[in-house]
This record gives sequence, structure tokens and C-alpha cells, in this order.
Amino acid sequence: MSESLIVTLSLIILFLPLTGFTLTILLGKKVPKIYYTELLFISLAMILSVVIAFFKLGTYADKTIISSFNWINMGFISQGLNKYIELGIQIDNLTVIMLVMVNIISMLVHFYSIEYMHGDKKYTRYFAYLGIFTFSMLGIVLTHNILMMYIFWELVGLSSYLLIGFWYEKPSAADASKKAFLVNRVGDVGMFLGILMLFMTYGTFTFDDIYHQISMGVIPFNSGFWLTVTGILLFMGAVGKSAQFPLHVWLPDAMEGPTPVSALIHAATMVAAGVYLLIRIFVMLTADAMLVIAVIGAFTSFLAATIALTQNDIKKVLAYSTVSQLGYMVMAIGVGAYAFAFFHLITHAFFKACLFLGSGSVIHAMHHEQDIQNMGGLRKKLPFTYFTFLIASLTISGIPLTAGFLSKDGLLAGTLAFGSLTGHWLIPAAGFGVALLTAFYMFRLVILTFHGKPRDEDRFEHAHESPKLMVIPLVVLAVLSLFFWYTPNPLGADQGWFLSKWVVTPQTVTPEFTRWNFMQLEHAPKAGEHVIHSNMYMEAIHHAHYPAMILSLIMAGLGIFTAFLFYQWKKVNTDKLAAAIKPLYLFSFNKWYIDEFYNGVIVKALLVLTRVFAWFDTKVVDGIVNGVATLVRWVSIGGKYFDTYVVDGFVNFTAFISGLFGIILRKAQTGKVQTYIVFVVFSIIILLILL
Amino acid sequence: MLQVGLNHFLFVSAILFSLGLFAVITRKNAILVLMGVELILNAANINFVAFAKYGTGGLHGQVVSLFVIVLAAAEAAIALAIVLNIYKLFTNVNVDEIDNLKE
Amino acid sequence: MEGFPILTLITFLPVLGMIFILLIPKESKFQIKLTSLVMVALQLVLAGIMMSQFNYNAGGVFEQSSFQFVEKVKWIEIPGVSWLGTVKIDYFLGVDGISMPMVLLTAFVSLIALISSWKIDKSVKGYFALFLLLDTGMMGVFVSLDFFLFYVFWELMLLPMYFLIGIWGGPRKEYAAIKFFIYTLFGSVFMLLVMIGLYFSTTETLTNGSKVFTFNLLAMMDKTNFTADGILSPFNPHNLRFIAYIALFVGFAIKIPMFPFHTWLPDAHVEAPTPISVILAGVLLKMGTYGLLRISYPIFPEITRELMWYIALFGAINIVYGALCAMAQKDFKKLIAYSSVSHMGYVLLGMASLTSVGINGAIFQMFNHGTITAMLFLIVGVVYDRAHTRGIEDFGGLASKLPVYTGFVTVAFFAAIGLPGMSGFISEAFVFVGAFSVPAIRILTVVSTLGIVLGAGYMLWTLQRIFFGKFNEKWSELTDLDTREYVMLIPLTIIIIFLGVYPSAMLNIMNTSVNVLAKFVNETSFLLN
Repeated sequence: MSESLIVTLSLIILFLPLTGFTLTILLGKKVPKIYYTELLFISLAMILSVVIAFFKLGTYADKTIISSFNWINMGFISQGLNKYIELGIQIDNLTVIMLVMVNIISMLVHFYSIEYMHGDKKYTRYFAYLGIFTFSMLGIVLTHNILMMYIFWELVGLSSYLLIGFWYEKPSAADASKKAFLVNRVGDVGMFLGILMLFMTYGTFTFDDIYHQISMGVIPFNSGFWLTVTGILLFMGAVGKSAQFPLHVWLPDAMEGPTPVSALIHAATMVAAGVYLLIRIFVMLTADAMLVIAVIGAFTSFLAATIALTQNDIKKVLAYSTVSQLGYMVMAIGVGAYAFAFFHLITHAFFKACLFLGSGSVIHAMHHEQDIQNMGGLRKKLPFTYFTFLIASLTISGIPLTAGFLSKDGLLAGTLAFGSLTGHWLIPAAGFGVALLTAFYMFRLVILTFHGKPRDEDRFEHAHESPKLMVIPLVVLAVLSLFFWYTPNPLGADQGWFLSKWVVTPQTVTPEFTRWNFMQLEHAPKAGEHVIHSNMYMEAIHHAHYPAMILSLIMAGLGIFTAFLFYQWKKVNTDKLAAAIKPLYLFSFNKWYIDEFYNGVIVKALLVLTRVFAWFDTKVVDGIVNGVATLVRWVSIGGKYFDTYVVDGFVNFTAFISGLFGIILRKAQTGKVQTYIVFVVFSIIILLILL
Repeated sequence: MLQVGLNHFLFVSAILFSLGLFAVITRKNAILVLMGVELILNAANINFVAFAKYGTGGLHGQVVSLFVIVLAAAEAAIALAIVLNIYKLFTNVNVDEIDNLKE
Repeated sequence: MEGFPILTLITFLPVLGMIFILLIPKESKFQIKLTSLVMVALQLVLAGIMMSQFNYNAGGVFEQSSFQFVEKVKWIEIPGVSWLGTVKIDYFLGVDGISMPMVLLTAFVSLIALISSWKIDKSVKGYFALFLLLDTGMMGVFVSLDFFLFYVFWELMLLPMYFLIGIWGGPRKEYAAIKFFIYTLFGSVFMLLVMIGLYFSTTETLTNGSKVFTFNLLAMMDKTNFTADGILSPFNPHNLRFIAYIALFVGFAIKIPMFPFHTWLPDAHVEAPTPISVILAGVLLKMGTYGLLRISYPIFPEITRELMWYIALFGAINIVYGALCAMAQKDFKKLIAYSSVSHMGYVLLGMASLTSVGINGAIFQMFNHGTITAMLFLIVGVVYDRAHTRGIEDFGGLASKLPVYTGFVTVAFFAAIGLPGMSGFISEAFVFVGAFSVPAIRILTVVSTLGIVLGAGYMLWTLQRIFFGKFNEKWSELTDLDTREYVMLIPLTIIIIFLGVYPSAMLNIMNTSVNVLAKFVNETSFLLN
């Protein structure tokens, strides 16, 4: 298979779901069955992606295939040279692995939804939305430049908005979709600014060109600080999309969407896009930026794990678990465990999709009951669901023989190594603490849902195992959560094909003074050598491998044991315990009051601000305009009075004076002839006297 | 012996003139006013004749007085016609009440 | 095509239509509407022909030879008026890459607005006659290259607009119409003064060698044409060019409308009938920014450079302030009006960068705002026609009753938010890229990005309040779109998405001219040296 064929096939994979979307949305009203094309296309895309993954990972394992064309002419940037924005795809090992992962889960969710969404009045449109989502997600995976990634980034935001708000008749769903989009936008603005910084400095959006220039020593404003800032700004995009603190609040609310959507978008693929972004920009992150990322990741995973402990909605628990696991991945990037972050992204996608689809199966069986306090004993009624859910829970807890054990172990080893090299011990501490919490809350969920006696007999009686179309995806995902897909050795993935051949940590391109000292090269790369493994950090991870494994096993075991102690064997009365530590319990149950803070402070403040501005606009700005108008009218009224009373008044005054004289003189005008004669006579006499 | 001189004529004519003027100013009846006018004219005639007799102008004074007499006749005719018309219009000849000129 | 007066035709076709309409008895409403439709459609066809003949490599901006479809004939010539000398005004039309997008926009939006006028029932004859006159005024502004002619068209379009708002408007139409009229006229006065000042500072050499004063805009862009002692001549040490620039800027700023001169806009929009709102937002607002690019920038390049920070500042204020005001509105139409204020801020910001990318973005944003806002106002009109109210809080859950309409609304709203894949994103991205690359206005650009979040905030909140949530039974009588509304909304949707995916279709038209303009503004100095 030639390179150009791989490119062509990737493009076909990319546009298949878009075609499905277009056909379904345009013809859906006339031909409701049109959604079969969407199903057909996604299956085709899945098969094609497996095919190209096979060839890429086999034949071209060390090669990055890039194909691009000029999309937009931006005009002159400098010296009369036209600048172009490129559209292009970049196919490396990560891309094809992501392609396979996204397409498999998307396809399984499509088929699962056929049953799950059955009877919904917007059934056809639902598949259309899944189509546009898959298209956008594949776009993020395939792109070779940061602007295009931003474009698809926003498009997944749109599809997520549409799918969370799918049941928009529910005000909570409408609220949640709006919240998701807006919270993401906040992160996106940061990312956009980061992109602007990159373009300003490098004049290109393409990853390769940017990294090449950084390795040549070109950095924003010639300062390591601004390179760090750029990295953190780009990371803000990931904070939004991957639901990291402080922008994690949208993800639990996003559970208002249909459950298969939660599995696909809000567990497996879209939320992992943030981590994927970090993986793509990993080589340009400075030590400071990485530390920020590690701290945010560690804090998020801890925060979400503590909240997950006390939630009673089955999907909410899984949502917080997702946030916590995403925090893990982000933390892994921050500590430099690049390959393990990616590894965990993939394994998490499978087991968390399995968990969500399993929860969907439970909800389906329980007639849309989501509260685990009303469940229990479902093991007997839903054997397949229970079994797959259990496997996935073991995977997330990190029990050997599962893929989750491998990725989590490697990831924790990375934090341990980081701690030993830098002295930031809080990060591994958080990592292992979260491992304990994760095992505990997952098994709390399993036990409360499936074990024990049914707490709602009525619903329990009517519960039944889901149809085949829903069970098969569960089984497939459970199987994909096992270790043998990634490595032959169930205790360590280092030597497996996934980590040794497919995913290799690239060398950072940042200037030396901005790197961790342990990331220095030990020797210059030889000609033809693609990747350099030999640095202190890799060594340290290697050393940390066994301690981390043992420690994480202890933590997982302890967590599971406690969960059984609390909920299966009931040795501890949980209600009493909760009452004993009431403030802590409430703090966790109310999600650290972060939503309250946002709604009560930030949203309120914004609304007040908008009202102030609107008031300012109508009363002050427009007030001035109207005031000027009024003033002009006053002046004109004044003018009127001036005209009436002064100008015209003068004229009338003259007339008045004449009139007055007239009135006086009229007295002499008697009309009597004799009076006149008297006047004549007297006048003559006076004249004579005077003369 | 009292010598009748120019002054005596003038004195008579002055009295005549004054009487005429008095009649013109004070009488209400238009006819009487007209008669006053005649008196004034005749006072003037007396002056003319007197000056002709005692002055150096020859017969000019007598000629003018003849003229005046003729004119006075004409004037009286016209004036009486006017008075007649006034009477037709106002049904009286009281000059006090005929003050339409005022307007 | 050589010598064919296509610009005259495209400008005066509507007036021809107006004359026909005046000859038709007022009872034949259908014939009147049909005549106007034919004329405006013909105008769009002509614009299409122009685009097909357009030379993408001709720069224009300041040299007549690279303008296209030029028509230049003597219009007014009075020899020897005492001290004035010869008064000579040319009928001078031409387009380049800056005006071509605006010509297309005008022709297109006019057609859409005309279709939207189909339901007008009140004195049809007068309405359509005025509408066509308005069309001529707008088109004329975008194709004139003579300041006098430009001013004539600029004022010409005021009159029909005044009556269209004042007669066919809403409850407070008189107030709105007068406010609009007086505000704009106020700006025009400044423009008139500057125009006369420039006239007495610029000369043009005639074929017989004598020099006469001129209104020719292109002549004013050449330093050598200025007289030694003209009041706005750079050679005059006591010239008033700075004051003139500000006066001219205020004249254009009122039209944009730029904060703090924007308050006529919400009133005018709220009272104007739907098609007039479409024209007002779609085309009229662009005349202000177009004027800046066509007149202020190349005639006063050195002052433009000096004041770019302030232009960007007002752009940033418009963006953030408009968005915040929009968020507080309870009236759907007023909200859209304020969103226009916010979106025009992007145009100002992009222009202020004085870079090719930024100006490309600004002109593209002018076009995109024209189409997107036109669509938004049509959308308001659709719901107002049916429900007779525009209060956002009065609605709720309309999505289930009017699914197709909701689909179009979603497209338009997301286009306004600047979602990638739609035209608005490209122009906003260009504006930001251009503005961010200039150190002086970088901070302002960062502040302006707030608009991205706020814009999404008010749009989605509105979407939710009107269309999502529980269905308000009060509106169970509402019907979904009819054919006429499809005819209006579908072409707009297609253009918005097409230009989002393939923006080069529009950007290539303007690119050469914008490069020339950016270079000219950055490098030309009219000062003595």
C-alpha cells in the first residue's frame, strides 16, 4: 500500500461520516430510514481505519505521512510574500491508533443506539448528529496544523452541544448543553490566543514547521517565559475540552444527553481530545508549563475522585470518574510520561465506553432509573452487563491482566520518577491516592448496582437483559480492555509492541534553558536515528516501575477491599460514617460547591454587569443623544420666544409707540368743523404772536 | 370834530370780523355758520375798500371787493347746497353732530 | 465588455424600475412587486457578470488604470466662476477588490430583502419605489470614485430610508426615523466640510495643461496634486488635516455605528420593518467602514497610522460593549441589533491593524456580517410575523413546534458566534491574526477575544430561551416556514457555509487590492521630507 493510498483512504474515512450526516439531515424528513447510510458509512470507516492502521504500523511505522494543500491566501505578511493557510493531514502512529479507537467506539455506539434510542421521535436526527461528531473528531485526529485542529475542536463542541441538548424539552438538558459550550469556549479563547502567539512568532500553523523553528531557537518574544505562556494558553483549550479544574463543571452536567452519547463523546473520544492536543504539542512544552499541567491534572483527578465517592447517580459517578482519569492523563503529560498518557487515553476510551454503555444498559433495563440507591441485585437479571461492567471496573482500578493496569501503572511510575527527580512529591502522592479512591468508588458502584438485594422490587421485577445489539458492543469493549492487545507481558507494557514500536516519546524541541535538566540529551542524535530513548527520565521511569506497580496494586486492593467492607459485607454503617464526617461528606456530595460559586458569583456578576451596561447604554449614551436633542429643542424654543418677544417685539413696540401717539392725537380730531376752525384761528394767532 | 379815518374803518371791520368768527365757532346751526362766514367776508371787503380809499393802490381794492362779493354769492350757493344735502343725510343741520370726519 | 457601461446600469437599474413603478396604477400591486423583483434580480445578474469578468490581479485603490469597469465622463463643468476658477465634477465610477465584495453584497441582500418585502400591504407603490431608490443610493456609494458623487449617493439613500422607517415602521417609527435621519445627517455635515476642504486643496491637470480643483478621490491620494496653500494640503504648514480626519471619521463612525454613536441603531432596527432591517444591517452599516477604507485610509495615510490605536480601541469597545448590552436585552430584535454593534467592532479592529490579513478579515467580515445579520433579522421577522411579539421571555420550546425554522436559527446563530465551517469564523480569525501581529494593539486584541465568549453566551442563551425547554402552549397555532421564507433563508445558508468552507472565493477578489492598500497606507507619507 502506497503512501498516497493511505492518504486517500484517510480522507475517505474522514468524509464518510460527514456524508452520512449531510444525507441524514437533508433527507431525514422524507426518508426516515436514511440513517442506515450513516451506519453503513461508519462501519466502512471502521474497516478502512483498521486496514490503514495495519499497513501504517506495519510498513511505515517510523514514517510520518503528511499531505496538504493551500486553502486560503491571507495576503501579504511581509516583503510582498503571500501567506497561505494550509489544510492537511498528518498520519503518524498516534493518528492511526486514534483513528481505529474513535471509529471502533463510534461504530459500537451507533449500533448500540439503534436499540437504546428506539422509539425516540428524533431518532433519525440523532444519527445525523453522531455522524457530524465522528467527522469532527476524526478531523482533530488527522489534522497537521493547529488552526485546523481548532476548527474541528469547535465543531466537536457544536456536536456535543447538539447531543447534550438532544432532549431540549428538558430545561436541565438545555441548560447543560449551553453550559458545556460556554465553558468550553472559555478554554477555547485561551487556546485561540495561544494559536495567535504561535502564528505571530512562526508565521505558520503547521505543527512540524513550528517545532522545526523552535528547535532552531525561535521563541516568542525571545523569552522562555512567553514560550511557557504559549504552552499554557494552548493547554487552556485542553482544560476546557478535557474538563480539567477549573473548567470541569460542564462534564457532569453533560450527562443529560443520551447515555450512548455520554459513552462516545463524554468519556471515550471528545474529552480525550484535550489530552490528544497536549500530546501533539508535547515537544514544545517548557518545564514550567509542564509543571502547571501536572499540578492541574493531579488536582483535577483528586477533586473529581473525592466527588465521585458520594454521588448516587450512576452516570454522575462515571462522569466524575472520567474527569478524574482525564486528570491522570493530563498529569502524565505534565510529568513527561508521554507514551503512558497516550496509552491510558486509549485504554480509558475502551473501558470507560464499556462502563457507560453498561450503565446505559442498566438504565434501559430499569426504565430510566439512574439512582443507584434504587438498584441492587441486578447481577442476576443482567448477567452480561454485570460481567462486562465488572471487567471494566477491574480495568479502571488497575488489576493485573487488564490494559488499565498497564497504562495506569506506567503512568504512576512516571509520576514517581518525576517526584524523585524534581522533589515534587505531591504529584505522585495525589496519583496513588486517587488510585485508592478510584478502586473504592468503582466497586461501591458495582456493589450497589449489581450485588445485594434489590432495593426497588417493582422495577427489579420488570428488569431484563438488554437486546443483543446492546450487549455485543459491551462484550467487544470489555475484551478490548484486556492486556493482550497491547503487549504480550501482562505485568509490563514497556517491551510490548504498543510502547516499544508504535508510541515512542519524541524529543522536546524547547531551548535547553527551559527544559527539565533530566530531559537533556545524553548524546546528540546520530544520523538516521529517529528517537532518543536514552535520557535520565526514561531510566528513572524504569526504576520506578516495580515500586509503582506494587504500590498501585496495594492501593487498588485496599480500595476494593474497603468497598466490599462498606457495602457488600456492611461491616461499617455508611450512614453513620457520613454523619460523623458531615462537613466533609457534604463538601464532596455538593461537588466542592464549585457550581454554586460559578452560578452565584461569576454568572450573577456577569448578568449584573450586562444590566449595568444596558442601563448605561440607554440612560447615559443614548441619554446624551436624546439630551442633545432635547437641548436643541429647548434652544429652538428659546429661539422661538426670542423671535416672538424680542425681534418681533421690537417691531410691535415701534408700532405701539406710533399707535400711542395716534391715540393722543386722535383726541384733537373731533370731526367737528368748528373745532378745526378754532384750531386754525388759534394757530394763526400763535403764528402772528411768534412772528 | 371827529375825523373818520382809516382806523375807524378798520375798527368796524375788526368788530365785524370778530362777530363773524364768533358766529362760525359758536353757532350750532350750519346756516348760522354760513352767515358768520358772510360776515367775515364782508369785514374783509370793508378793509379792501378802506385801503383803496386811504392807500395808494388806486381802484384795486374796490375791484377785489367786487370779486369777493361775487365769490361770496357763489360760495353761499354751494354751501347752501351742501347744507341741504347734509340735511337730507342727517335730517338736521347741527354741525356738532356731523362729526363723521373723525372716523 | 469593453466600453459597456455596466456600473451605470447596475446603479441606475433600480431607478429605472422606480420610474416604471410610478407609471403603474397603484392598484396593480402584483405588477409593482414583479417589476421591482425583476429589476433587483437583474442587478444581481449584472453583479454576477461583473464578478465573472473581474480581474483578480488588478489592484485599484489609488491608480485609475487598475480600476475596473471604469466610467469617467464630464458631469458638471462651469468655466470661470469668478474666484473659484473652473468648477468641474466628473461622473467617475469604477470598482476594485475593495468595492467588488460590497457590490455583490448589495445586489444580493437587496434581492433577499425584496423577497422579504413581498408581504408588504400598505401603500405598495410608494414602498417599492422608495426601496428601489434606496438600492440605487447604496450601489452608487460603492462604485463612485468621485467624492462629490459619493456624497450625492450617500445622501440620496437617506431620504428613502427615512420614509421606509417612518411610514412602514413600528409603534415608535417617527422617533426612530427622525433619530436615524438627523444622526446620519449630522455625520454628513462633517463629511461635506472635509469634502469641500479637500476640493480646494487638490488640483487636477486638464488635457489643455490648466490646473483645476477636483473632487476626484484618486487625485487626492497623490501628494503631487495638492496645492501649496490648500487648507487640507500637506504642503501648507498650518493645514487642518488632523482635524479633517477626525471629522471625517466621526461622519463614518456614525454609520458603522461605532460606540458612542451607535444608539440610533437599536431604535431604527426595532422600529423598521423586517426587509428594511435587513438592508440596514446588511448593507448600510458597511458604508461607514467602506468609507474609511476608500477615503480616510488612502487620503490621510499618515494620520491613519498615527491614530490606529484609537481605531482599534473603539473596535474593542464595540465588541465587548455591544456583546454585554446584547446580553441584557429582552427584545429579540434589539438583541440582534446590539450583536451588530459587536460584530462591526471586529471590522474596526481588523482595519486598525493596517496589515493585509487584518484588512482582508475586515472586508470579509463586512461581507459575512451582511449575510449573517440579514439572516438573523429575517429570522426575527419570521417569528414576529407569526406571534406579533419579539419578547424573548414570551417564547419557549418552539423547537418542537417549528423544527425546520429552529434548524435555520441554529445555523444563523452559530454563524454569528463564529463557528468554524461558517464564513464568520474565517473573518474573525483573520481579524484576530492581523490585529495580534501588531504590537501596538496586541493588548486590545486580547481584550477583544472576550467577545468570542460573550457572543456565544448571549446567542446560546437566546436560543435556549426561545426554542428549548418546555413548549409554551400559547403558540400551538404557529406554523413552520413557508415557501417564500425558504427562498430567503436557503441562499443565505448556502453562502454562509460555502464561504466558511471555501473562503478563497471571496478573499481572492479582495486580496490584490488589500495588499496594495495595506502597502499604500503603511508606506505613503504626505508629509514634507
